[in-house]
Formats: sequence, structure tokens, C-alpha cells
Amino acid sequence: MRSNTPSSERASWGLKLAAWAGLLFLHFPILIIFIYAFNTEDAAFSFPPQGFTLHWFSVAFARVDVLEAIKLSLQIACLATLIALVLGTLAAAALYRRDFFGKEGISLLLILPIALPGIVTGLALLAAFKTLDIEPGIFTIVVGHATFCVVIVYNNVIARFRRTSYSLIEASMDLGADGWQTFRYIILPNLGSALLAGGMLAFALSFDEIIVTTFTAGHERTLPLWLLNQLSRPRDVPVTNVVAMSVMLVTMIPILGAYYLTKGGESVAGSGGK
Amino acid sequence: MEASLKSRTRQPAHGPLHRLANLLYRKPNLYLALLLVPPLLWFGAIYFGSLLTLLWQGLYTFDDYSMMVTPELTLDNLIALFRPANYDIILRTLSMAIAVSLASALLAFPIAYYMARHTTGKTKAFFYIAVMMPMWASYIVKAYAWTLLLAKGGVAQWFVDQLGLAPTLQLILSIPGVGGSTLSTSHLGRFLVFVYIWLPFMILPIQAALERLPPSLLQASADLGARPWQTFVQVILPLSIPGIAAGSIFTFSLTLGDFIVPQLVGPPGFFIGSMVYVQQGAVGNMPMAAAFTLVPIVLIAIYLSIVKRLGAFDAL
Amino acid sequence: MTLAVQFTGVSRVFGEVKAVDRVSIDIQDGEFFSMLGPSGSGKTTCLRLIAGFEQPSAGSIRIHGEEAVGLAPYQRDVNTVFQDYALFPHMNVLDNVAYGLKVKGVAKGERYVRAEETLALVALDGYGARKPAQLSGGQRQRVALARALVNRPRVLLLDEPLGALDLKLREQMQGELKKLQRQLGITFIFVTHDQTEALSMSDRVAVFNKGRIEQVDSPRNLYMKPATAFVAEFVGTSNVLRGALAQRLTGQALPFSIRPEHIRFADDQPLASGELEVSGLLHDIQYQGAATRYEIQLENGQNLSVSQANDQWQAGAPTFQPGQAVTARWARAAMVALQDLAPGEGH
Repeated sequence: MRSNTPSSERASWGLKLAAWAGLLFLHFPILIIFIYAFNTEDAAFSFPPQGFTLHWFSVAFARVDVLEAIKLSLQIACLATLIALVLGTLAAAALYRRDFFGKEGISLLLILPIALPGIVTGLALLAAFKTLDIEPGIFTIVVGHATFCVVIVYNNVIARFRRTSYSLIEASMDLGADGWQTFRYIILPNLGSALLAGGMLAFALSFDEIIVTTFTAGHERTLPLWLLNQLSRPRDVPVTNVVAMSVMLVTMIPILGAYYLTKGGESVAGSGGK
Repeated sequence: MEASLKSRTRQPAHGPLHRLANLLYRKPNLYLALLLVPPLLWFGAIYFGSLLTLLWQGLYTFDDYSMMVTPELTLDNLIALFRPANYDIILRTLSMAIAVSLASALLAFPIAYYMARHTTGKTKAFFYIAVMMPMWASYIVKAYAWTLLLAKGGVAQWFVDQLGLAPTLQLILSIPGVGGSTLSTSHLGRFLVFVYIWLPFMILPIQAALERLPPSLLQASADLGARPWQTFVQVILPLSIPGIAAGSIFTFSLTLGDFIVPQLVGPPGFFIGSMVYVQQGAVGNMPMAAAFTLVPIVLIAIYLSIVKRLGAFDAL
Repeated sequence: MTLAVQFTGVSRVFGEVKAVDRVSIDIQDGEFFSMLGPSGSGKTTCLRLIAGFEQPSAGSIRIHGEEAVGLAPYQRDVNTVFQDYALFPHMNVLDNVAYGLKVKGVAKGERYVRAEETLALVALDGYGARKPAQLSGGQRQRVALARALVNRPRVLLLDEPLGALDLKLREQMQGELKKLQRQLGITFIFVTHDQTEALSMSDRVAVFNKGRIEQVDSPRNLYMKPATAFVAEFVGTSNVLRGALAQRLTGQALPFSIRPEHIRFADDQPLASGELEVSGLLHDIQYQGAATRYEIQLENGQNLSVSQANDQWQAGAPTFQPGQAVTARWARAAMVALQDLAPGEGH
């Protein structure tokens, strides 16, 4: 795979420098968050940091408001991911093989929640909830998150469906497996890692979402909303820093997981080779 | 012999799941319908219904004195969008979205190009992850990191001072329309944050477009006598346009709807997103907020129709 | 002898396209039957109709006397070797082969014993623990074969199973498949677009064209007595002569076929009785090793191919030069009259 990629054109120093500088630019602010979380200072943004401490971690994770926000965000992310997994998988199974009237429209509808700005989705849901007299709360947040998470799962699952040769399903039925056995022994195992990857991405997306949440949260305060609120409170900076770093970790780790789950996927399952 | 086939033919469908699965196999249309019902209910009823409600409420009347919304239909909200104050907001947001898209494309290209054409195996995977991680990492934390970076006495200022660039920075900040009193309250600061946050969304589509370019194409160009820069201008750049266009859908649309970054960094003055947020929240004028959401929808629709011609949808 | 598979007036329509058009075939129990034709001729659709992946738009399909229309693939006593092998990538070789037994509820111990036996049948014993991705193309092909045989089907369907193998391996597998079929005594239905493959392996061959069957016959008859111009030109190489030329040579308006190797160049002898001759301009000579091919442009513009075996090891330099006028002769008996088809139809 890597043997005959032509390395004929050597990268010029300028290009190499630009690429690596770009990566540095992308990671520097994240690095700053990690550094500040261990800063001894308690009220300022001064640089360089004054010293190293783990003190703020114990302070932050002893605070009721922080723990409440974390709990709420985890709950919401789990529920939204669950709904997205079901709806996204169903949609992918329906759309990947057969052509029918309205197929394009449905796939457009699935993408719309992430193609339109979050304020549109957020305000639309709020307008509908108000019209129906639904009190904003966990339920409304979950509905909002699930709506834009579906497409993440859908994309992962449909990509796997497309890579999986349809003759696998035919082979299974040909060998005597009925519809249920084929689903149980062939489709599900082949879909497994795609579902897991899609679920992890959806979880990360939901855990971090703030724009739609602003409109659907009512009095509930998810972790990102808590963080946003903290930004107007300079006295609390060390706690904010620690929570910020934790949020960063929670959203980044699933990405790595999802990457490793789906990376081996270049070859078509069923006729694959190296 | 006949008997053996008979026994196979009558293979029992044990359990309800088997029977259901077999029924669905025989009735593909029923199967399709059952698959489609839940997602269609969710997206048709909840999501699309909400969008229609929103557009409908954009036609409701808001009484400025009683601060009450009445369901009397009017076009006043839509007309109000063209008032100079609102027009300014739209223009400010739009020009930022365009500037951010252009700058992202410029910054993203060398990274994407290096990734696609000069890395293999482990290095490529490393670059890929190194772009994916900041893309997915928490949006609000990234925005927060920039408030730390740009703050008075913060990291950016420390570097500027160390390098003795303070006078240059002052000069840049004094340019009207770009500057501001400090980095964190300047247009430049806000622009930097936007570019930073949406940059990965630009890198990956360009990289994917360049990755699809077969090496033989470049060899053919060189073989036909093109110098490297000619190959770049004549072959590589035109073929990467769909990728750039696809990436710009994200940078454009995401900037257009944002209201968190304008709130945290930059000079006062509303963005479309902040206007929607304030109208709905503090003012309680839902009809005006709803009317304002039409602006990004229309702008994005126009933008999509433009980039569609550039092949952006094939590169998504 | 019972019929393994019987098609009666079977059609399969995809939208506007008639993939299979009123096809009737009788496939005998225990025969090696090939379906031969260019891509898109309907042969693979016929195979899929037998397997149950498609249902016919019209007609009846009987498998061992039992009406199969409406039965799902898992309700039929036939198994398939797929073109892309379709090995389950998440299972090892043994589990792949044992799958057909597993879904029928055969106990674990027994199904592994039987899977091992079947692997031995295709000379892959000991490979059970490997994943399909760790095998070579030829080995994967054998696993696919073993997996389809483990259920001991009475009919085995093979969908261009050798297409992905290189020439040497393909020839070796042709021999092994034929041997296996004789050893097991089950019906093999083999789909291919390669006429050499079909001729060398099969008891009988059905030639498909545009969704219809042109001819069903033994390989020898197919070659020696093609029924239509399409068969004559698709199976081997043939000269199909038509129109006024055919009329002049045979006295009949029907087109006829004459194989290039049945034509010789005129010598000094007078035309023997029962022989015909035509003359034309030699415009191309291709040396092909075992034979040399001569292309002659006849007076009416039609092309005539002549093949001469290079069976004299000490033969001298070729006696003909391009551009030379030549006369070709053949025995009247070597000609095959073809069914009446308008010129240009068929191939």
C-alpha cells in the first residue's frame, strides 16, 4: 500500500514548513488549555505560568455545579447517541441499496441539521416546543442533539454498507440462513465497528454542543453552557481551566477510538486482500 | 430424493423474529417502509415541522409596547430586515464569513497538499489524526482557549513583547475595520478565532480531493513538458477546486450562524446569530428572531447553488 | 433420469430491459452444464433465478421436479460459488465453511468435522484457522467451493468462479472442478464468458445472447454444428458467409458457416468433386505459433479467415505474401447452414 506511492517530487522546505506550522497552529491553543489547567495562579491569564499544581482538579471536581453539569451532559449524550444509532442505522439500511422516489430528498433532510447553522435548528425546535407547550428540559435537549447526531451515524453505517459486498448477504441466504440469521451472523458483526465509531462521534458531538442547546435547554445547564457562563466570571478561572481541559479530553478521545475502528476499511469486505 | 427437498422447503421458521425476518425478505417494499418510518417520522414531523413552524412564526406580529406576540400575519418582520441597522448586521456577518473562508482556504492548502502528496503510511495517519482531533475537540473550549491567548497579559501579548513586535501590532490594530483597542476586542482577533476553529473543516476536503488525483496525471503533465509550477496551476489547482468549495461550505455556513465567538472576542456590534439570540431571549421577539434566521438560510442556499457549479457536492 | 433444473418460458424483466427472455432449458441430473455468453446476455441472471436471488417475471422454474418460483434462497437445495467469492471477512476459514451447517442447527462438534472433511476435499485441510484475507486468490476460490459444498447440495451453481485467477491457475482449477464434479456426482451449473473454458469442462453448453438461448448442445456439436451465426462466431472463430455469395456457392439464400481451419489454399490439382473455391486478395498474415492465420478479402468485400496448422516442424519460410491474389477451397460437407438471421443480427 505504501510501497509504490511516488515520492518522486520532494517537498520543498517552504511547503514542509507551512504544513508543520499549520499543525502547530491547530494544536497550540489546545496545548495552552492543558498548561493552564495545572497553573498555580488563581485569577489571571498571565503567561508564562507561574508554577505547577494539581490543586484545582480537586477543587473543580468537588463543586456541585460542575458535577451536576457533567452528569447532565453525559445523560444527554448517551440518550441522543442511542436515538441517533437507531435512526441512523435504519436510514442507512433503507437508503444504501434500493432506488426509490424521494430518496434524494430524504438524504438531504438528514444532512440539513448540520448543513444549516445551529441557530436555525435551535430556534426552530424552540418555536415548535413553545407552540406545543412543551416545557424545555432534558427531553428537549435530547431531541435537538439526536436530530443532528443521526447524520453522523448514518454516514458511518452507510459507508460500511457500501464497502460490504452485497454478495455476502446472498451467500449467507444461499447457504440456508434466513433473514434473521443473516442479520444476526453476517450483517451485525460487519456493522459492529461502524456502529461503535458512529456512536462515539455522535457522543462527542452531543457532549460538546452549545448552539442548539442554548435554545432548547430552558433552565438546564449542560457542561458547555456552564463553561460559557463561567467565561463572564474571571474569579473562577482555575476551575474553568480544569473543566475545559476535561471537556477537551472527553471530546477528543472518542475521535481517536472512532479513527482506529474505521481505518482498516479501504478494502471491500468480502473480497478484500492486502 | 423428493422427500429431502420437501423437508428443506418446509424448513420451520422458529420464533417470531425468524418469521418477521422472512416476511420482510419476501416483501421488500414492506421492509423498506418499516425501515423508513422511524427516521421519516423524526425528521419529517419533528425537524421539518419545526422548521415550518419557525418560518410561519416569522410572519407573526410583535407589539413593541406590550411586548406581546400575536398570531396576526404580517410581512413587517421581513421588511425590517432591510432596515439600515439590520442590513449592517447582515453585511458584517457576510463579509466575515467570506474573509474567513478565503483565509481558511489559503492556510489549509499547503497542509492538505503536504498531507496528500508528501506523506505516506504512518506520517499520513499522524497528520490525519492531528487534523481530526482539533476539528472535533470541544468548540466552546477552543473558543475559551483563544480568550486566554488574546487576553491582556496573555500568551499572544507575551510572544509579541518577546519578539519586540508591540509597535507593529499597535499599527495593525489602528487600521479601521481590522483593528480595535486590544487584540481581544479587535476584528482581527475575532477573525483569527473563526479561522482557527473552522480551519480543519477546510483541510480535510481539500486533502481528499488532492488524494484522489492520480500520480500518473502529474507525471503525464511533466512528461508533456510542463514545469512544476505549470503543473500546479494547470492541473493541481483546477482539480482541487471542488475540495476547496466543499470546505468553504462549512467555513461559510458555520461562521454565518455563530453567536458564541462574536460574543467572546471582538468589538461590539451584532452578528446575525447574536441578533437571533437576543431577539428571542432578551427581547422576546420571536417573530423577528425567526425572520432573522431566514437570512443565513437564504445566503447559504445562494452559496450552495454557486459552489455546486464548482463540483463541491462531489467532493463532500 | 430426472431433471435437475427445468426452465419453462422463463422471463426476467428489469424495468425496460428483458434480461432473460422466454428461456426454456432442461438440465439433467448429474451433468456439468455451462451457460456461455457475452456479458449482459442473461446467463448470470439465469443462475440467480435458480439460486433464488431473483424471481422470474414469468414462467416456471423447477428444481428436481419441485416448483421453485416464490421460494427464498434459503429454502432451495442449491448452493452458489460467487464470482467475488463472498467469503465472510469476520470469520476464519473453518467458520466460513461450517456456516451452512451452523444455520441449519447442526451441532458444533459435527459441523467442524464435516467442514474439515470438505476442506480436505479441496486440498485445504489445515487452513481452517486463517482469515480469508490471509489467503491467496486461488485458496479463497477453494474455500468458496468448500463452503458451497458443505451442505451437500444436489445442484452447485458457479458464477464465473475462475475469472479472477491467472491463466495457469485457471487451467489447473478447470481440471480439478471437472474431477470434483465426477467424484461427487452432483449437477454443476457453470456460468462463464470464456468459450474455451465452457467447451473443455462441460457435458453440455447453453449459448446465451440478448437474454435468449441460441443453442444448447454438447461442446463438439456446438463447434461443429453451430445453429446460428452468433454461435458460429462466438464459439471459436468462424466465417459466416451471406447474401449473394452464399447463394452463388450453395444455391441457397441461407447464410452458412465455415471454420478457418477447414479451408485450404488451392494447389495445382483441379477442384475435386464436393469442393468449392473462392478467390480474393490476401491482405494480412498473422503467425500464431501452432497455426498461421491468413485474412483474405473476397471479391464482394467480405473477409475470409483461413487457418493453416504449422504441423511440419521443418517447414520453410511462408510461401504467401500480403497483397497476393489467392484461391481458397473447402469441402462442401464442412459447411454448416445457419438459421435464417438478417445480416448484422447476432454478432
